[in-house]
Amino acid sequence: MLGFFGKRLIAMVLTMWAVSFVAFAIIQLPPGDYLTTYMATLAANGDRVDPATIEALRRQYGFGEPYIIQYWKWISGIVLRGDFGQSFEWKAPVTTLIWGRLGNSILLEGLAVIVMWLVAVPIGIYAAVRKYSLGDYLATIGGFLGLAIPNFFFALILMYLSFVWFGETIGGLFSPGMETARWSPARIWDFLSHAWAPILVLATAGTAELIRILRANLLDELKKPYVTTARAKGLSEFRTILKYPVRVALNPLISTIGWLLPALVSSSVLVSVVLNLPTAGPLLLRSLTSQDMFLAGAIIMLLGMLTVIGTLISDLLLAWIDPRIRYGSK
Amino acid sequence: MAVDTMTHTSMAAEAAGMPRAKRESHFGLMWRRFKRHRLALVSLWIVIAFYLVALLAEFLAPTDPSAYSARYTYAPPQGIQFFSTNEDGSWRFFPHVNGYASEVDPKAMRRTFVLDPEVEIPVQFFIPSEPYMLAGVIPMSVKFMGVTEARAPFYILGADRLGRDLLSRLIHGTRISLSIGLAGVTLSLFFGIVVGGFAGYYGGLFDSAVMRIIEFIRSMPTIPLWLGLAAAMPKDWSALQTYFAITIILSLIGWTELARVVRGRFLSLRTEDFVTAAQLDGASDWRIITRHMVPSFMSHIIAAATLAIPGMILAETALSFLGLGLQAPIVSWGTLLQDAQNIRTLASAPWLLTPGLCVIVVILAMNFFGDGLRDAADPHGR
Repeated sequence: MLGFFGKRLIAMVLTMWAVSFVAFAIIQLPPGDYLTTYMATLAANGDRVDPATIEALRRQYGFGEPYIIQYWKWISGIVLRGDFGQSFEWKAPVTTLIWGRLGNSILLEGLAVIVMWLVAVPIGIYAAVRKYSLGDYLATIGGFLGLAIPNFFFALILMYLSFVWFGETIGGLFSPGMETARWSPARIWDFLSHAWAPILVLATAGTAELIRILRANLLDELKKPYVTTARAKGLSEFRTILKYPVRVALNPLISTIGWLLPALVSSSVLVSVVLNLPTAGPLLLRSLTSQDMFLAGAIIMLLGMLTVIGTLISDLLLAWIDPRIRYGSK
Repeated sequence: MAVDTMTHTSMAAEAAGMPRAKRESHFGLMWRRFKRHRLALVSLWIVIAFYLVALLAEFLAPTDPSAYSARYTYAPPQGIQFFSTNEDGSWRFFPHVNGYASEVDPKAMRRTFVLDPEVEIPVQFFIPSEPYMLAGVIPMSVKFMGVTEARAPFYILGADRLGRDLLSRLIHGTRISLSIGLAGVTLSLFFGIVVGGFAGYYGGLFDSAVMRIIEFIRSMPTIPLWLGLAAAMPKDWSALQTYFAITIILSLIGWTELARVVRGRFLSLRTEDFVTAAQLDGASDWRIITRHMVPSFMSHIIAAATLAIPGMILAETALSFLGLGLQAPIVSWGTLLQDAQNIRTLASAPWLLTPGLCVIVVILAMNFFGDGLRDAADPHGR
């Protein structure tokens, strides 16, 4: 297990390094460097720029030097000092802007994953055990619809329906006044009464996919002789199914987190913009449109890291549950 | 050579008066298997219909997509009625739309429209119009339908913020959205076949390096990446430049899936007897790949490419919806949905959501069609 863990950890560090490189490449993409852009916006607003400040900034970020040195200055600041650079638009260090929003992102996505599993597992088991029943067909149809509706469109429809039916606009994560309050039962309730919509939207597509995979896996398992044996031994039907085949069928499901997470992070960016949620998505969009590249690069990198770490956790979980993987790696 | 001898023998057989054995081509067999798949067949027709609309956009759209009218901002859908009641209560065939009775809401200071069943504006089909170029090449001066009465409103699916006809915009948007999916997949397919083909055929270090890169790209969340790339596009680029830039950006990530499919096929075919035979015959790598291997998995690749189109369409829609994809003068489903972004607009003009329905229908149809194609392409299928 330890050797397995070590290998995965090394792979993760390498992937993270690649992610940081991609993020830096995106920071570098827009024509010109940010200082020029920054100075241009300042001049446009009629602000005077102190040449000494500009010179200091230029030295700090290594503008005008080769990319590799700029990259080194950027990444070493992050790794050694936790300094993600300066947001030119907000005139504040990037770190003060992102952590709270990133926390909201993680919270929402985590809850969406939990909801996905809570919904998908029972339905998937039902659909496999009662194959070709009405419920199975309903699950299949629902699954196809869930896959075909773009999640931001689903969010729009939800917004429209709740306005027409309940006269309420959904959006945001907290009521005004609750945003900065400390966590309390009232605040949790307030959060849940806002968060159900994005969680529902985020969970839909993944749930459909999970049901499909679980159903297929379980159908394969149910055919195997050990199920017949268990039944012949007189185990109750409930135990026969839940104790053995379901456990085996769940294993591949855990490895799906690897591709589920990138999709989830992607769609949460879209859904957050539609529903106006205080997560990393809208901030990313805004920073990109205003070419606030350090902020954008930091968000892209952290979202990438988030998926990498999530994948690692799912790998470890899988190894913990399934000994075949643990020992196969040696 | 082999083909030659075969035709000779069959010709000889024919000359000898024997009936010629009927041979079915690979694609003929595929089509036969495909036809058994009802849902896939229906989906194929839906997809064809959408592409026809895209092709004939100028002919089908009643008005120019950018023609605006301040009088009819947010006018609701008129629908289209084919029958009209005469004074004596009988029915007659008379395609028409109802006019609007508008009233100004004194409180909100906003004009609201009500359909007025008294006013019947006749709708005519194949009406002469200003000359235009169909798809930019065929000069035409006939439109599919329209109203001939001067200044009469014609908004079957409603109007948007500037009083532009949603139907016309939707039809023109179909052209952009569908073509960008096709162009993106073509480009991805090119990258995918080159990279995946090399990796799968030669294997070794290059193969493992490519596979690591593909795994890495696929483990990244795509929307943030796409957004980052799209945001780097200079703002002063022309519509055509943006269009191609977006296509390239989409295929920068899209090629990975296709490369994986191509590589997998190459790997499994590399050790097949017919490839070894060709190698022993002294055929060059290029000839083996293009003449022997590619034809044997072409149908798989086509199926995989079809299944990749919906992802491209969705991605373009999402990017344009967020305002970082195609820009305003270009009409696509994404830019159309951008108008429906806030709840105030949605509440007063829910018909602006229609482009989303088109997205859903096309995505579903393409998925079913692709699934059917994949099953039909599988030689080991039933």
